[in-house]
Amino acid sequence: MGEVKLIGSYTSLFCTRVEWALKLKGVQYEYVEDDVFNKSPLLLQHNPVHKKVPVLVHDGRPIAESLVILQYIDETWSGNTLLPQDSYDRAMAHFWAKFADEKCVMGSFMAAWKDGEEKEKAIESAQESFAFLEKLIEGKKYFSGEDEIGYLDLALGWIPLCLDIVEEVGGMKLVDAEKFPSLLEWARNFAEIPLIKERFPPRDALANYFHKIVGLKRSKK
Amino acid sequence: MDEREYNMAEEVKVFSTWASPFALRVIWALKLKGVEFDTVHEDLINKSPLLLQYNPIHKKVPVLVHDGKVICESLVILEYIDETWKQNPLLPEDPHQKANARFWAKFGDDKVMQSIGGGVLLKEGKEQEEGFAASMENLKYLEDEIRGKKFFGGETIGLADIALGWLAHYLDIVEEIVGLKLIDQEKFPSLAAWKQEFANAPIIRENWPDRDKLATKYVAMREANLGKGTPK
Repeated sequence: MGEVKLIGSYTSLFCTRVEWALKLKGVQYEYVEDDVFNKSPLLLQHNPVHKKVPVLVHDGRPIAESLVILQYIDETWSGNTLLPQDSYDRAMAHFWAKFADEKCVMGSFMAAWKDGEEKEKAIESAQESFAFLEKLIEGKKYFSGEDEIGYLDLALGWIPLCLDIVEEVGGMKLVDAEKFPSLLEWARNFAEIPLIKERFPPRDALANYFHKIVGLKRSKK
Repeated sequence: MDEREYNMAEEVKVFSTWASPFALRVIWALKLKGVEFDTVHEDLINKSPLLLQYNPIHKKVPVLVHDGKVICESLVILEYIDETWKQNPLLPEDPHQKANARFWAKFGDDKVMQSIGGGVLLKEGKEQEEGFAASMENLKYLEDEIRGKKFFGGETIGLADIALGWLAHYLDIVEEIVGLKLIDQEKFPSLAAWKQEFANAPIIRENWPDRDKLATKYVAMREANLGKGTPK
């Protein structure tokens, strides 16, 4: 079905979610590692607007923005449907993925690199956002239902992938077992799936990456 | 019941405010598709219990309620509308073109609106200069994308046009207030042409909010942000 190339960075959670999607669909692809601290001409050519990974290049045509890519993958390759069939359920999946990227991913990063009172506020705000996810997963095995993982699980997969490392680097606890039992249960179930687990980078690589990112952010203040 | 009667039996409600460019997108989409709906006018300083019940997470407009199903976030609502009412599609069939439309809609919200709203309207001095420079860079990307096309969606208005549509009216008001030209005919001829085309398109042109009211609101927002507003 044409040549598929993924320009990514091994430690980027936005790239990992795209690789999970490609693997779930059984899509053969060429992976090109890009150094986010020293961006390649290939990346700048295919994503001149944002200059960021991931970029999926299918038959020479680039697609950027990880959630847009997930939807593209689902619409292009059949089998193991990622998004629900029903329009309303699809809208809910999109709503929560957007919410989680804006409030939980960014919220966690901000809490990690801030200090003092600002840090306390950022932690509180992030936890309020995670509380919505806790409520959403209560009583369900996966965000997409009982049997199979889907779009929303992939979009939130960064939680078992690297949240604890962000917490460590940031010297904080965001999602604890007492307040978020269902979310942590989901995270364990999700991380056990072989094709998901296989794509977890080594922990020290992730730790290095986040230390660098947080360090850079702090030095800009 | 024929299809038209069936459609009229559905209940479609939009929670909106007179000024919101986000709610306007939803109204445009429904009207372009000929869908009957009721508008619930909200006052954001005094939000209704129903709005807070329907959108407890963001507490914002727009909210779409379709036969009891509640959807929030304008771009999510637009896709729901396009999938539910198939006439006058906002997205093309081809997945790559769809992805492209979604990319530009997101770019508009994440970057363009931020640089113009947050960076130019609400700032002054050096910070505004930086916001202006960022806005020009962002507008250049839009110029490259629209070149050779009537609309971002091609021959007809699509998702990206609706998402970026605020540029065709709200931006004029911002430019007047700050005394800066952003979509300059000389620098961005294709984008300027698109602005004209979109602003005057049927349905679009009939729903713009009042310019003077918007100007008053935006001046107040600017002054409040710059610490010049008198406390109420």
